Amino acid sequence: MAELLSYGFMRNALMAGALVSLACGIIGTLVVLKRMVFISGGVAHTAYGGVGLAFYLGVTPMLGAVAFSLIASYLMGYVQRQTRQRQDTLIGVMWAIGMAVGIIFADMTPGYKADLMSYLFGSILAVTQADLWMMLAVNLLVLIFVVLFYKELQAVAFDESFARVRNLPVDLLYVALVAMIGLAVVMLMRVVGLIMIIALLTVPAAIGALFLKHMKHIMWLAMALSLVFTTGGLLLSFFFNLTSGATIILIAGVTYLGALLVHKSCQRCSA
Amino acid sequence: MIIADTLKTPQPLVEIKNLSAGYRHETILEDINLTIEQDDFIGLIGPNGGGKTTLLRVILGLLQPKSGTIQVMGEPPEKGRQHIGYVPQFAEYDAEFPISVRDVVRMGRLSNKRLFKPYSAEDDRVVEERLVWVDLLDYQDRAIRELSGGQRQRVYIARALASDPRLLVLDEPTVSVDIEARTHIYELLYKINKEGVAIFLVTHDLNVISSYVKTIGCLNRNLHYHGEKQITDDMLSATYGCPVDLIAHGLPHRVLAEHEGEK
Repeated sequence: MAELLSYGFMRNALMAGALVSLACGIIGTLVVLKRMVFISGGVAHTAYGGVGLAFYLGVTPMLGAVAFSLIASYLMGYVQRQTRQRQDTLIGVMWAIGMAVGIIFADMTPGYKADLMSYLFGSILAVTQADLWMMLAVNLLVLIFVVLFYKELQAVAFDESFARVRNLPVDLLYVALVAMIGLAVVMLMRVVGLIMIIALLTVPAAIGALFLKHMKHIMWLAMALSLVFTTGGLLLSFFFNLTSGATIILIAGVTYLGALLVHKSCQRCSA
Repeated sequence: MIIADTLKTPQPLVEIKNLSAGYRHETILEDINLTIEQDDFIGLIGPNGGGKTTLLRVILGLLQPKSGTIQVMGEPPEKGRQHIGYVPQFAEYDAEFPISVRDVVRMGRLSNKRLFKPYSAEDDRVVEERLVWVDLLDYQDRAIRELSGGQRQRVYIARALASDPRLLVLDEPTVSVDIEARTHIYELLYKINKEGVAIFLVTHDLNVISSYVKTIGCLNRNLHYHGEKQITDDMLSATYGCPVDLIAHGLPHRVLAEHEGEK
């Protein structure tokens, strides 16, 4: 273990896991409770277009991801607000276009492209000091947002029309929430990769929602669970020489299935 | 206990004139005229798709009318709705949502004017009072998903009351609620109305509303409301079309005008 921690990349990776867990627990809970899983997937995949563009322009990929996911957040929020029909189709289309844009830009970029793959599957072991600072900043933003607007977010998530009648800034909160999802997505892209983001964002909160009856408690449990998943997955992947992102998600998925079984049998014995 | 402030205003709570409303290509409400006064207890009936919920959405400022005017407390509904306590239809939100009874009722205290202020002791006092009012104080720490349909509906009434409304607007408050709980809810509304809060409710539930409401209206695209408790044959046939007799059967006699030559 001490030997493990002597590697700089391992220290960074563990730190990244911890930072990601914080945002995951908080934002993931809102995503699960407000049923925004599909929108989150849309934002995540659109962000890939930004990664591709950044590669092409030769700037930091994270910058492109942030820009695209914020634009996507805004568009998704707009789609959600304005069109009552076919919003799932529109989100699905944006999802695909984002990916396609990313790949085309990668094609147009001369030279070595393996790095682009790391955004698809994650590369927690390659997290840099700069990435960590970015993650810290995102966490602070998410924390401030949720602490300031906790009761309003809860009201909007629970019953939007009532919140509207109380004149809460429902649309603004919604777009801000999707923007937070966008930022969380960029962070997660580093750790587990684009394809598996949705799992790490939703599984911890979904487990919490099975057993707990307060949003705040679910957030705490989801943070703890993501920390366990990322750290556990990282260690396992290190010792057994596996892909870290996939290992993390597999642990999360197996835990979720186990939790579902426990929940089912709990219902049966109490009924 | 006084829920609404006793300040009597001369203007009606809601005033709707020549209003049409609907969605892009269809008109659902046509030429609606309606005044809701202080102390009113109006029951609105009508067939599915007749526009009951649409009318509520217009009153709540959730839907812009196509033509005509609407004022709530003398202001546009987006502003005046702060004086309305809204009890949405049952199926509208997630009964599985993890939240306690107290936290739901506290939502009634929220508004755009207090965004950065945490809940205060005063809020807690009001919430507790409303929970006593709907007879659910012992349940305040329960999760909403642990309650029965009737109890849940009373929680939403308490939430609406927590905002100190002048008018309570309810959308099918007794859907998927058993008969006993239904009576409980109507008794509660009766008590609330006695305290000076006007009530406007839409429902299918002809039998029960007849014994509690003060006036009845029928809505099917057009509104038939004369500020009276009796439903006339004309209102019914205009609202429901042909099979009036079928519907009339379910109605207690004191609501229905006597048929000529009946019996």
